[in-house]
Amino acid sequence: MFEQFDAILLARIQFAFTISFHFIFPAFSIGLASYLAVLEGLWLKTGKQVYMDLFKYWIKIFAVTFAMGVVSGIVMSYQFGTNWSVFSDKAGPVIGPLMAYEVLTAFFLEAGFLGVMLFGMNKVGKKLHFTATLMVAIGTFISAFWILSVNSWMQTPTGHLIAANGQFVPGDSWWDIVFNPSFPYRLFHTLMATYLTTAFVVGGVGAWHLLKDKTNPHARKMFSMAMWMAALVAPVQIFAGDLHGLNTLEHQPAKVMAMEGHYDSHPDGAPLILFGIPNSEDKRVDYKIEIPKLSSLILKHDLNAPLDGLDTIPDADEPPVGLVFWSFRIMVGIGFAMLGMGLWSLFARFRKKLYDWNWLHRSAILMGPAGFVAVIAGWITTEVGRQPYTIYGLLRTTDSASPLAAPAVAASLIAFIIVYFFVFGAGTWYIMRLMSKVPQDGEKGVKSTETGPVRTAGIAPGPAQKDPPTFKPNSAE
Amino acid sequence: MDLTVIWAFIIAFAVFAYVVMDGFDLGIGVLFPAFKVGDERDQAMNSIAPVWDGNETWLVLGGGGLLAAFPLAYAIILPATYPLIIIMLLGLVFRGVAFEFRWRDPDHRAFWDFAFTAGSFAAAFSQGMILGALLQGVEVADRAYAGSWFDWFTPYTLLTGVGTVAGYALLGATWLIWKTEHGAQDMAYRLAKPAAIATLGLMAAVSLYTPFLDGQYWARWFEMPNILFAAQVPLLVLVLTYFLFRGLHKKQEAAPFLISLGLFFLGMAGLGISMFPYIVPDQITIWDAAVPKSSQIFMLVGVAITVPLILVYTGWAYWVFRGKVGTDGYH
Repeated sequence: MFEQFDAILLARIQFAFTISFHFIFPAFSIGLASYLAVLEGLWLKTGKQVYMDLFKYWIKIFAVTFAMGVVSGIVMSYQFGTNWSVFSDKAGPVIGPLMAYEVLTAFFLEAGFLGVMLFGMNKVGKKLHFTATLMVAIGTFISAFWILSVNSWMQTPTGHLIAANGQFVPGDSWWDIVFNPSFPYRLFHTLMATYLTTAFVVGGVGAWHLLKDKTNPHARKMFSMAMWMAALVAPVQIFAGDLHGLNTLEHQPAKVMAMEGHYDSHPDGAPLILFGIPNSEDKRVDYKIEIPKLSSLILKHDLNAPLDGLDTIPDADEPPVGLVFWSFRIMVGIGFAMLGMGLWSLFARFRKKLYDWNWLHRSAILMGPAGFVAVIAGWITTEVGRQPYTIYGLLRTTDSASPLAAPAVAASLIAFIIVYFFVFGAGTWYIMRLMSKVPQDGEKGVKSTETGPVRTAGIAPGPAQKDPPTFKPNSAE
Repeated sequence: MDLTVIWAFIIAFAVFAYVVMDGFDLGIGVLFPAFKVGDERDQAMNSIAPVWDGNETWLVLGGGGLLAAFPLAYAIILPATYPLIIIMLLGLVFRGVAFEFRWRDPDHRAFWDFAFTAGSFAAAFSQGMILGALLQGVEVADRAYAGSWFDWFTPYTLLTGVGTVAGYALLGATWLIWKTEHGAQDMAYRLAKPAAIATLGLMAAVSLYTPFLDGQYWARWFEMPNILFAAQVPLLVLVLTYFLFRGLHKKQEAAPFLISLGLFFLGMAGLGISMFPYIVPDQITIWDAAVPKSSQIFMLVGVAITVPLILVYTGWAYWVFRGKVGTDGYH
C-alpha cells in the first residue's frame, strides 16, 4: 500500500498538517498570555475584582491551549529530523543554533513559570505570581522571535556560506542571519496576527454572553477590551501586511506573482485581480474581476509601473499559483472584515450602544474563529509561496527530504491525522465548553472544584481561591 | 578540551536531565493503574502537574540541541528510528493532554487516565528502544541513514525498551514516596521494590549483552587501561543498590528517589564509556557530526548565560511546590 505515492509529497503533507495544527495553539496562546498579563496587571493596579475573575476565567482556557501547544510543538522539533533529514544536515549549522536559543530562552522560561502561573497564586504572593505571568507572556514572545527568525532565514537567506560538504554554515556575523531581510516584517505581522486572533476569540466569547445577558459585567469588560484591540490593531496589521508584501516583492517576487495571479508581465501597469480562478495549465486567471493598474499602485506606488509576471520565471521555479492565490485572498478578506468590526464597534461605542446591538454581537461571534483561519491562510501563502524551495533559491524541497520509503511516511501521516483530530478535537471541545460557561463573580482558577468534590480536585483550590475575597491586591502578602 | 567535546557533554547533560525529570513523571504514568481511582490518583497527578511541562522541555533541548550541535547525527538517528520516534511523540501527545483533560472532563476521566498510562508507557518504551537501536549500530552511507525502516526491531532493543520502562517506574515510585502520603505512599513503597529489582536486573542484562554486540564495546570496557576506570561504574551501582534497598526497608522518604537518580547517572556514565567519542556508534564521531566553530561559540554563549538561570528558576518552581502534595492542593 502507498507505494504509488510520492514520499516527498507525503512528507510535505505531514509537515503542513502537523505545523498547521501546532500553529493554531501558539497563535492563540501568545496573544492570550499577553491578555492574561494585562488582566492581572490591571487587577493589581485597580484592585477591581472583575479583572481577577476574567483572569481566572481565561487561564483555564489558556491551560488547555498551552498543553496542546506543548505536545504538538514537541512533535515539530522532531519533524525536521524524521522527514527532512537532508535539510537538517545541510541547514543545521545555521538554523539549529537559532532553535536552540528558542528552547533556552523561551521554552524553559514558559515552562518554568507556567506551573506557578497556573497553580501557585496562593503559594508565592501576588507580585511574584504576576512576575510568573509576565515571564510566560514574554516567553511566548521570545519563542515567536526565534522561530520566525528561522523561518525568515529560510525565506530570505543571508549571512551564510556554503561549505565544501554542502552544509550551510554561518558567515562572519550572526546578526545577518538572525535579522535577515524579511524577519522584522514577518515578526511584526505574525505577532499582530496573534493579538488579533486572541482579541476576536475573547470578543466572540464576550459577545456570546452579552447576547444572553447584556448586564453581565464580565462579558461587557471582555467584549469592550477585545473591540478596542480590533479597532486599534486591525488597521496597524493591514499596514504591516502591506509592508511585508513589499518586502516579499523585493526578495521573493515569484511569491507575489502567485499571490496576485500575474501569469503575464504587465509593462505598463498591472491590474489588481480581486477574484478569479487561476488556471496554471493555460497560464491565465479565468473569470477574473480586476481593477486596472491598481496592483502596480499598491506594489510600486505608481499606476504605470511595469510588473513582471510568472512568464519571467522558469516553470520549474514557480510556486503553485492556485493555493497561494486563494489563501492570500482569504487572509486579506478576513483582515478587512476585522477592520470593519473594529470600526463598527467604535461607532457603537460612540453611540453608547456597544453592549446593546445584537447584530454587532452576532457578527463578533461569527468572527470569533476568524483569526485562526487568517493565520493559517497567511502561513500557507508564505510557505507554499516559497516553493519549490525549502531554503529560498538555494535548496529545493525535493533535495531536502529523508531517505524514507513512502509507506513509512504514509503510515505516520495517517497516525498523526487520527491522533490529532481525536486529541485536539477533544481539546477544542473542552475549550468551547469552558467558553460557554458564564463568567462569574469569584471565578475559580485552574482545576477547581467545579470538576468534582473539593477533596478530589486539582491543585489550585488553596484557601484563597475557595474564598476569593481573602486574596485582594491590598491584602497582606 | 575542545568545543566539540564540551558540546557532547552539554547534549549528554540535556539528555540526562530529560531522562531523570521526565523519567519520573513518565514512570508515574506507567504505574498509574496501580493507584486507586480518586484520592490516590489525584495525589499522583498533582505531584507532577506543575512540573511536567518543564521536564519535557529538556526533550526539546535534547532534540533541538542535537540538531544545533550535531546535525549530521540528528539527520541519521531520526530516520533510523523513525517509527519509534513517531510512537514516542504520539505517546507524549496523549499523556501530555491527559493532565488537563482529565480535570476538564470528569465523565471521561477513566479514558484520559488510560491515555496517560498508555502514552507514558509508549513514550518510555520507545525511548529505551531508540537507545538500544543506536547502541546496536545503524547503517550509514553518504551522510544518511542507509538501512530499512525496521532495523531497530531486535531482541536487544526490546531489552533496552523494557529496561527503560522499569527504570522510569523506579523513579516514579520513589518520587511518589517522597511527595505523597497515606494510601498513595503505601502503594508507592510496595511498587518501588519490584521496580528496583527489575531495573537492576535489566540494567545488568543490558550491560552484559552490550559488549557482545558488534562494535568496540568490549575494548572500551574490558581492556587496559579502560577497565580501571570503567569498573568503578558497576561497583558504584552495587553500593547504591545497597542503600536503595536499605532506604526502602527503613521507609526513608527522599533518599530512595535521590539514590535512583544516582543509578541513572551511573547508567549515563556507562553509556558515555560505551559510546565516546562516537555519536552514531562506530560510524560517526562527535567531530564528524559537529557544526563549525562559529555555531558552537554562538550557542555556547547562550548556554553559559541561560542554563544557570534555567536551573535556578526550575529549582525555584520545584521549591514552590515542595513538600507533600496533599489531596486538595499544596499547603
